[in-house]
Amino acid sequence: MIFRGRVWVYPDNVDTDVIIPARYLNTSDPKELAKHCMEDIDESFTKEVKEGDIIVAGFNFGSGSSREHAPIAIKASGVACVVAKSFSRIFYRNAFNIGLPILESRVVDELEKFDEIEVDTERGKIKVLKSGKVYSSSVIPEFMQRLIESGGLFNYAKELLGV
Amino acid sequence: MGMTISQKILAKKSNRDEVKPGEIVMADVDLAFANDITAPIAIDFVRKLGVNVFDESRIALIPDHFTPNKDINSANQCKIMRDFVKERGLPNYWETGEVGIEHALLPEQGYVKPGMLIVGADSHTCTHGALGAFATGMGSTDVGFAFATGKSWFRVPESIKFVYRGKRNRWVVGKDLILYTIGKIGVAGALYKSMEFTGDAIFELPMEDRLTMCNMAVEAGAKNGIVPPDGVTVDYLKSRGVEPSEYEMLASDTDAEYSDIVEINVSNIEPQVAFPHLPSNTKGISEIKEDIKIDQAFIGSCTNGRLSDLREAAKVLKGNKVAKYVRLIVIPATVEVYREALKEGLFDIFLDAGAVISTPTCGPCLGGYMGILADGEVCVSTSNRNFVGRMGSKKAFVYLSSPAVAAASAVAGKIVHPDEVIK
Repeated sequence: MIFRGRVWVYPDNVDTDVIIPARYLNTSDPKELAKHCMEDIDESFTKEVKEGDIIVAGFNFGSGSSREHAPIAIKASGVACVVAKSFSRIFYRNAFNIGLPILESRVVDELEKFDEIEVDTERGKIKVLKSGKVYSSSVIPEFMQRLIESGGLFNYAKELLGV
Repeated sequence: MGMTISQKILAKKSNRDEVKPGEIVMADVDLAFANDITAPIAIDFVRKLGVNVFDESRIALIPDHFTPNKDINSANQCKIMRDFVKERGLPNYWETGEVGIEHALLPEQGYVKPGMLIVGADSHTCTHGALGAFATGMGSTDVGFAFATGKSWFRVPESIKFVYRGKRNRWVVGKDLILYTIGKIGVAGALYKSMEFTGDAIFELPMEDRLTMCNMAVEAGAKNGIVPPDGVTVDYLKSRGVEPSEYEMLASDTDAEYSDIVEINVSNIEPQVAFPHLPSNTKGISEIKEDIKIDQAFIGSCTNGRLSDLREAAKVLKGNKVAKYVRLIVIPATVEVYREALKEGLFDIFLDAGAVISTPTCGPCLGGYMGILADGEVCVSTSNRNFVGRMGSKKAFVYLSSPAVAAASAVAGKIVHPDEVIK
């Protein structure tokens, strides 16, 4: 998949409590969750986010709680993918499981809000349009590639159980 | 090459002789659980597959976060759980009146044993490593997968060995050791890795303090925290009705490979406080030169809501009064803790001091209810996270500490060492 979009730039250690505060976790409805996505660190996000935008961030994105509601809220906001220097491990799994593409790259260092980038998730390439510079992301483990190919964890479970 | 205890458990559960860091294995889980926030999505996963859970005795559903329900939506989430439990006849469910915070309840009720592989849809599932299990938090879909198949996939983690030596100072508990450690390595200092806690000072540490330490492994980014089982583990399990014949005591090989070995002399550690807004922003309490006035103190959570925690707080609060305009909220983590604290007379000490005591719930720790902070307010909390907005307003400030420091601070109206208020 190739995504081209403008970026929202965030720092290191963006935790799941700011991605979706627990006061909104009395529902799992993606649309409801999206209404409050990122509001504790960036009030402009829910007002201005557009379909196809990309989140870029520093180290340890998605740290903290195991709430799958965090990648669900991001995805339901219309964000096409997240590119960070590193991800917390539970967020990493959750994003794959719910079909939010994520890549590891240092690209955030040269980006400002609403710069445009192009992300090729299969080749792991991230191009910054203003500078033309191309970054490589770390490779997605083979097992996770297979998970994606089989259509996510749900289909993998169906195969495993023969149902 | 030898293996660490974490690697040994993953090898055994994936039917291999050995595993190496970086390998991905599909392993059999011994226990999978979820709470009222995370269960609905996991239940939906099982329902959509149209299958039964893999083994009724090996899954648990624990409505602890927003119970007794705080609003209509949270009541509806609990109803989804309860309906599923009734429909499938699942045995491991605790209703309000029986339920406690999952990571306090499961060990207390004898569900956690050394050598087990445990997955929970809650990041603090790493708590259970204190009993020598490999336990890690996951999202709802992963746990739904485990409910349905009895399996989960794991990338075999590298391990960091933390060796604690020396004698603990007065008032220094497991919470201080783990806050100090996270302060040293940072919130991503153990990202994707196992934290193995060893050394003389750990083997002298009571089980409740080990649970606190493993509980916060995730705050350093770790996949799991683990204490190799020893005599303390065996004695604790006996007290919970679990006999040694029911589990296997694994240990790391002497030639196991570690990505790092961190040596910590605990005799140099004093009570610790983590400043907003990261658990790694720690200071020794004597390093705090300014007055940090507080509006609220919270003693509870899966980190510090156990009986020993309440006893520590009571030692400080006995004969003291909570400062004017400060709220002290005490939440025993389980019904058993509640009952024991009541029997021991701890409630009288809390009530005489001016604290309020709630039924077991996660409540304020994650900003759910039962003690939400207003704009600009300051709370000293025995919980595990002090992120922006964690306990309410994004303009509030949360400081993390041990129960004794939280209790002392409630009395002084500012963050202080317990010795400053003890009578």
